[in-house]
Amino acid sequence: MSPFVEELLIATAKCGLVIFVMLNLFSVMTYIERRTLAFMQFRLGPNRTGPLGILQPAADGIKLFFKEELMPADADRWLFFGAPAVAIAAAFLSVAVVPYGPPFTLFGRELQIQIADLNVGILYIFAITSLGVYGLVLAGWSANNKYSLLGALRSSAQMFSYELALGLSWVGLIMAAGSFRINDIVDHQAGWFHHWNAFRHPIAFIVYFIAATAEVSRIPFDLPEGESELVAGFHTEYSSMKFGLIQMAEYVNMISVAVLATHLFLGGWHPGIPGVASVGAPGFLWFTLKVGAILFVFIWLRGTLPRFRYDQLMDFGWKVLIPVVTVNVFLTAGLILAGVPL
Amino acid sequence: MPIDLVLFYVLGAVAIAASVAMIAQRNPIYSAFALIATLCALAAIYGLLGSPFIAVLQIVVYAGAIMVLFLFVLMLLSVRPEEGPSRSKSLKVAAGALVLVFAAQVTSVVTAAARGTGSATFDASTRQMALKLFSPEFTYTFLATAILILAALVGAVVLAKK
Repeated sequence: MSPFVEELLIATAKCGLVIFVMLNLFSVMTYIERRTLAFMQFRLGPNRTGPLGILQPAADGIKLFFKEELMPADADRWLFFGAPAVAIAAAFLSVAVVPYGPPFTLFGRELQIQIADLNVGILYIFAITSLGVYGLVLAGWSANNKYSLLGALRSSAQMFSYELALGLSWVGLIMAAGSFRINDIVDHQAGWFHHWNAFRHPIAFIVYFIAATAEVSRIPFDLPEGESELVAGFHTEYSSMKFGLIQMAEYVNMISVAVLATHLFLGGWHPGIPGVASVGAPGFLWFTLKVGAILFVFIWLRGTLPRFRYDQLMDFGWKVLIPVVTVNVFLTAGLILAGVPL
Repeated sequence: MPIDLVLFYVLGAVAIAASVAMIAQRNPIYSAFALIATLCALAAIYGLLGSPFIAVLQIVVYAGAIMVLFLFVLMLLSVRPEEGPSRSKSLKVAAGALVLVFAAQVTSVVTAAARGTGSATFDASTRQMALKLFSPEFTYTFLATAILILAALVGAVVLAKK
């Protein structure tokens, strides 16, 4: 085999693996979320399909496939069809540059489950996130429904406002690690757990977590959907698999935000105790545990918090988060200049 | 044919097709999306030319931030599609002249690059970009641009308050 063909095969296998895992994780997440939420609210949740209800996601998937496709008569046909595609494409594009677990050796070959090791990886994710909002905007506008349009307007304003805080929260870490590469930022946090960026840059971590929750429109930032105000917001008119795709995009975004938080703030695959193995199988374990913990917090928030009011959301984004994180950037820069090891 | 070249032609075709669609469309929302497609294709071409940094900035700033604002306004005003031919003759003539000027510029750049006298060999990696931008050579230009943008920002806020 020529090196080119070999490279191509490895890349294809990685893409296939990542997409396969993401799609399965999506369906498992819907089940875990419904069950966990139910227990938090003293309910049982789905428990009829298969043992403990674990076949519920499969049943839901089959149902979505066979449901009738509806389209409002006045909808913009092309954009209405295109919106879910844009949403899911943006969601899957952003998972391409994230490493999943530490490098390992297989058949004498140094490998890592990462589709593209871009030297501007973190900026790339930022760029794709900013494109993701078009899926929501298109969906809301093309349906020609006032609730959808309101949802789309809210989502574009919300994402635009919180993206700034999200991007600024990364600046400190990038300065400290001296690189945009996610692998470099992870390796920068090796050693004791107080080397993790969550402890070295606590303000950035908090801001990132809030802004990321807003970016993926999870409660308490689910204003684009707001089912008690806007029916279902931007995806009111979607049914069948198109609705499935929009939901899939939301979950994939949520998972990639959790993976990113693990890499940028929680030390990636490093266990936080020197001497404990961080490569190979243990590395995957630490990584999975951390991602799982963050995903659980997302569900926990959903079971705990009420929704923001729209003006509170905007006030909080522009008058609290952005000033705080801007000051944090200057503070971090000052500390790095003063020689404090960050 | 090397794969880079194939990709370049594909992306170039997408960029041109989307630009044409942007101008030809009567529906402003469609035009905005065609423009986003153009910007993304251009970003991919920058990446192909070995400058992922500029590619990513292109998407963050133009396709991401600015076009969201455009769409926001278009949706809020609920602009109706343009009706019938409304473009005047003098505009068409001016547009034709501009096309000629632009074509001449592109030709001169491409021929200069082909002769090897242009700046086509400029290394546009992130590191080189940063070193150039923050070098003493460009300090004043950089600061002046920053002040200009800040002034525009303040101006926008003042005008909006009126």
